[in-house]
Amino acid sequence: MAAYVVICLKVHEYQAKEIFRKYGIPVPGGRVVTKSEDAKNAAKEIGGKVVVKAQIHAGGRGKGGGIKLAMDPDAAESVARDILGMRLVTHQTAQEGTIVKHVLVEKASDIEREIYIGMVIDRERSQIAVIASPEGGMEIETLAVNSPEKVRRTWIDPTVGLMPYQARQICFWLGLRDQAFKDGVSCLLSLYRLFTSEDATLAEINPLAITKDGQLLAIDAKINLDGDAAFRHREMADYRDLNEEDPLEAEAKDNNLSYIKLSGSVGCMVNGAGLAMATMDLIKHCGGEPANFLDVGGTASSEAVEKAFNILTSDKDVKCVLINIFGGIVRCDRVAKGVVDAVGKLELKGLPIVVRLEGTNASEGVDILNRSGLNFHTAAGFHEAAQKAVELSKGGA
Amino acid sequence: MPILLTEDTKAIIQGMGKEGKFHAERMLECGTKLVGCVTPGKGGGSIMGLDTFDTVEDAVSATGANASIIFVPAPFAVDAAIEAIDSRLSLVVLITEGIPALDMVKVKEKLKRNKTRLVGPNCPGVITPGIGKLGIMPVDIYTPGRCGVISRSGTLTYEVAAQLTKAGIGQSTCVGIGGDPIIGTTHEDAMKLFNHDQETDMVVLIGEIGGTDEENTARYIKDALKKPVVAFIAGSTAPKGKRMGHAGAIIAGGKGTAAEKKTALREAGVHVCDSPADIGITAREVMESLH
Repeated sequence: MAAYVVICLKVHEYQAKEIFRKYGIPVPGGRVVTKSEDAKNAAKEIGGKVVVKAQIHAGGRGKGGGIKLAMDPDAAESVARDILGMRLVTHQTAQEGTIVKHVLVEKASDIEREIYIGMVIDRERSQIAVIASPEGGMEIETLAVNSPEKVRRTWIDPTVGLMPYQARQICFWLGLRDQAFKDGVSCLLSLYRLFTSEDATLAEINPLAITKDGQLLAIDAKINLDGDAAFRHREMADYRDLNEEDPLEAEAKDNNLSYIKLSGSVGCMVNGAGLAMATMDLIKHCGGEPANFLDVGGTASSEAVEKAFNILTSDKDVKCVLINIFGGIVRCDRVAKGVVDAVGKLELKGLPIVVRLEGTNASEGVDILNRSGLNFHTAAGFHEAAQKAVELSKGGA
Repeated sequence: MPILLTEDTKAIIQGMGKEGKFHAERMLECGTKLVGCVTPGKGGGSIMGLDTFDTVEDAVSATGANASIIFVPAPFAVDAAIEAIDSRLSLVVLITEGIPALDMVKVKEKLKRNKTRLVGPNCPGVITPGIGKLGIMPVDIYTPGRCGVISRSGTLTYEVAAQLTKAGIGQSTCVGIGGDPIIGTTHEDAMKLFNHDQETDMVVLIGEIGGTDEENTARYIKDALKKPVVAFIAGSTAPKGKRMGHAGAIIAGGKGTAAEKKTALREAGVHVCDSPADIGITAREVMESLH
């Protein structure tokens, strides 16, 4: 099997709104800027009150101080100066927050009412589900738990798509009237068209506002795209924002490795995602803490192993490395050779390495490690390997 | 009769590229009845002693095939799967990884309206030790026996099979259901098949974080399963909101944690292992208590 790259494709609000425009979903006029002077100019062009919104891939921006109202262009400049460059911390960001590099300057609207509309792939039913609520601006998961009667789900038969009657049913339930009703129906149909044409896995308008003058307007926009569909969407690659990624995770991704940094001290390198998770679990079970998730892929080639080592060992918290390889089609002797080559090239300064090889040609692999003259700790059993790695990570022998 | 892959299974291969050929050889070596392969435009020839056909329909009418294994690359895999379903094959094993979720939504809908059983995608396949395999797993770690295995992952399944074999527990059939969010055969589906299988005395279930398949299976076990189950759920240490390699392995919206799944399974009377190194031993204890 080819190495599997997990592409997380979150799209910024301003990009999601560009996509909305393409599908005829109404959004407020606005411009994305990177400098506070430009925020002033944007506010001038837009005219009247504006909202300045931090563009990061996380919800809860308002509470964290990343969304502010400005009454005039000067205020927009000053607010943008505060937001740009700030480390925005929300319940969805990492602890240290995300540095804001872009703000969206957008026309502020007089809102009469806020509702919620979203679409998601429901894995249990294997269909797209439309989720709607008359209460916009809230976290939908919380609302679904606390007031389930306020959340309506509609599943779509993929062979016929979202039918107009379903869209009408949802809008009647939401209590939309007159122009807002008509616009609501067309908004739902457009969102479905967007979802299927762009290969989304989630599309959310929260809130969808009904303005004082009866207009429907997507105040916020969230779209996640399916990285596996990138082969039919060339533009997907452009949505990637390195500012949003951990540098080590980004480097791993560029090398077809699946790596996620955690906070422990036992670095792990494993072939296969399930076995990698199980290895982390076993480290914890033995009283240690895994430093990462790392799947070198089904083939575990010598290049992949070397790259993985580089990434693992640039995490300064790693006190011991545990390599757990189950040879199947890939032979353990080949993997062992890759490990020896990689470790030979790197300066690991006494970093202990525990290797456990199982499956095809495991004993030949262990021989290669033992004859290499490098300092490997080999372990035959899964438990024994994890236990040894945990002891070594705590400075034991 | 074991489940899915039996003495009567006659399979074709869709996608005879480098990977297809490599695995065709290994499937033949362990006795799998492969009767042909489909490569559009190359019908009438032969690859590795297997007759080639332009379409699945041609292959079925010429060979009487009732199963298929698909190695076609992701952009074309759904077309291949639907061709197999439309040709009324009873078993389709979809090995391909990286298939867009919305493509699988279409396949799944197609499956609801047909009798075909599809396993995968992004899976190691199905093996009935002693009879054959439609998959990419190494054969020598398996041994024939009476324990069924269901798993979402690849190498972790090999680890478990090796532990079972070492512990003296042979396997009836091992089903790798795949690590994607939308799959043809769920844990629950496979568990139902094992429940009705005369040659399976117990089942090992290897789940992982994400989704609610393990919880649904726990409900089925509690209500209807007549056989003991040993389980392990991978991902107790996984952080929320991060995809752990498999597209399906993600704790999202507060759902799909290992703790929830373990609790649901324990409440259904399942022997849940906290350590992935204890699965073989636990299975032996359970098997011994049966006899």
